[in-house]
Amino acid sequence: MKQSRRRFIKAAAAGTLAAAIPLSRLKFLSPAEVKAATGDASIRWIFLVDTQKCVGCGFCVKACKIENEVPYDAPITRTWVERYVVTADGATHIDSPLGGRDGFIDGRIDGRDIKPGEISKAFFVPKLCNQCDNPPCVQVCPVGATYQTLDGVVLVDRSWCIGCGYCIMACPYGVRFFHPVHKVAEKCNFCYHRISMGLKTACEQACPFGARQLGNLHDPADPVTRRIMTERVAVLKDEYGTKPQVFYIGLDEAVR
Amino acid sequence: MSEPMVVHGLDWTIKELFVYPNEFIYWAIQIVMYPYMTGLVAGAFVLSSLYHVFGQQDLKEMARFSLVFSLALLPVAAMPLLLHLQQPLRAINPLLTPHFTSAIAAFGFVFSAYAMIVLSEIWFVYRKYFVEQANALRGMPGLVNSGKHLLYNLLTLGAHDSGDSAVAKDKKAVKILAATGIPVACFLHGYAGFIFGSVKANALWMSPLMPVIFIMSAVVSGIALCMLTYICILKWSQFRTARNKGAGGQAAAGGVQIETINKAARYLLGFLLAAISLELLDLIFRGYTAMKSWDILRSIMYGKDFINIFVLQYGLGNLVPLILLLLPRATVNRTAIALILVLYGIFMMRWNVVIGGQAFSLSFSGYMHYQLPIIPHNLETFKEGLCGALTVAAMPFILFYGLNKIIPAIKQTGH
Ligand code: SF4
Ligand code: SF4
Repeated sequence: MKQSRRRFIKAAAAGTLAAAIPLSRLKFLSPAEVKAATGDASIRWIFLVDTQKCVGCGFCVKACKIENEVPYDAPITRTWVERYVVTADGATHIDSPLGGRDGFIDGRIDGRDIKPGEISKAFFVPKLCNQCDNPPCVQVCPVGATYQTLDGVVLVDRSWCIGCGYCIMACPYGVRFFHPVHKVAEKCNFCYHRISMGLKTACEQACPFGARQLGNLHDPADPVTRRIMTERVAVLKDEYGTKPQVFYIGLDEAVR
Repeated sequence: MSEPMVVHGLDWTIKELFVYPNEFIYWAIQIVMYPYMTGLVAGAFVLSSLYHVFGQQDLKEMARFSLVFSLALLPVAAMPLLLHLQQPLRAINPLLTPHFTSAIAAFGFVFSAYAMIVLSEIWFVYRKYFVEQANALRGMPGLVNSGKHLLYNLLTLGAHDSGDSAVAKDKKAVKILAATGIPVACFLHGYAGFIFGSVKANALWMSPLMPVIFIMSAVVSGIALCMLTYICILKWSQFRTARNKGAGGQAAAGGVQIETINKAARYLLGFLLAAISLELLDLIFRGYTAMKSWDILRSIMYGKDFINIFVLQYGLGNLVPLILLLLPRATVNRTAIALILVLYGIFMMRWNVVIGGQAFSLSFSGYMHYQLPIIPHNLETFKEGLCGALTVAAMPFILFYGLNKIIPAIKQTGH
């Protein structure tokens, strides 16, 4: 009896070992390592938003929704425009109805009528994914479905995302959401399919005032890069250490 | 597009003031259930280990029971995650391509390791019983008996030696497994705390204390649930024997021993006090340092969620049971009430962390309110609503009922 128990344990141990050997022959690549093969290392895509030029028409939001097949009437969007109204009493009023898709035609914010005389300053701020240099969304994805390409853009692999939502929680900018149809994490990717072919992003192309511009940080001759290098620019929420790569001109202290 | 279009979170999120367009309550009731369930698993196991490792003789009866109960809780700990995933069919992906910078990636591994420990510990505890059953059932007539014989024979895994030295070896193995199990159980749960504590984007969650708070409260909830179920089962069997034998049957089948309950309650108190102190420390620290996020956090804690946090969690869920347990001349019934309140308090703590952490916008300029879907009108509102949560909550008891048929968790006779 005793003998048979010992034999059983021995056999089990041998079996486990035998099964483990062929496994160890396989090389273990992290998903990020596999995916990082995407992209061109001589490029670092960046973005410049000139808030002074934005009039809040929402053309960029419209264009993005159509280009990237994000359901038009669903209240989620890859890019959006925020309206800031700072009144004389120092209060800040912010809104972004439907992400600013239809422009800002209503003078009320949160049901509150603000008289033009009360306003001390007002402006629009377009938002999109910052394609962070230190992206927390990539860090927290348990399966490596969110990954960063060599040219800096953060992408989501729709065929591998398990839909846990951890990346949505990890992004300090509220950029991510679940795609209502594909049921996976979704976000702005600078129209990666377009820019890789040398086209402009849909939002940049749609903006009548040139408030949005894509650039390549690795190209010193790039006009966007030159502006970022020579003018005073700011980024959003740098206290999170994410190293955002969307730069803003005319950012205000009130901007969230 | 043929597929149904559901914006995740839209059904149960109410926004107030300025909230980014894509912000919703993405982590809903199932993510409240997840740490609650893993906490119960870990706690139940720690309780059983107190006897096996530290030789707390007074917990002997509870130990067996809570070990089996922790096995019943185990599959249920993973259930909320499956119900939460948008792509549940891909749940295996984290094991196929684990991305180890993510706190979730190792969940499957830690969880499986823990499951192996619990399973093998139970095997060693019950091996002698399996052998006895297999021997007793050998040659008994009837299909059920031969089926049972086969089952127990299989469960022995071919180790039929029930001599003293073999049983002594079993005991040793149990001790080793229980000892390795404690850190793994704590890790499993502390790690659930890390999942939240490491989200730097969330002002309420980000705290290095989070894992420790989670472990403490996990042990509290696990002990409380084991004690409560134990009391209920014993009361029930006492009631049954009393009914069968007429009056005066209380000596049979072991009534609830107030001494056993009191001893377990003492451990519970210790862990409960640790959990509360840590939570208060966290709160005081946040208020004192008053970082940028404090304004909105304060308006949540002292305003919108005041009832949830201070009345229901700290008051009803911590303070009241604390008093009930500390008052002299404890009775079984009073302890049972205290235990129910403790379980409720820990649940509210999970709720206030998970839902409370999403009650304010990342913009710090607006709020989100969570409305628990009660009557489901589609799959989402079922899974992430009251029905889904109740399904998860009921599961361990169903599993325990089945398990108890094969491996009796409570000794009915006094040997
Ligand atoms: S903005 Fe958010 S989604 Fe975009 S890269 Fe940064 S963390 Fe990720
Ligand atoms: S939702 Fe998808 S992309 Fe985001 S962390 Fe989970 S698996 Fe990764």
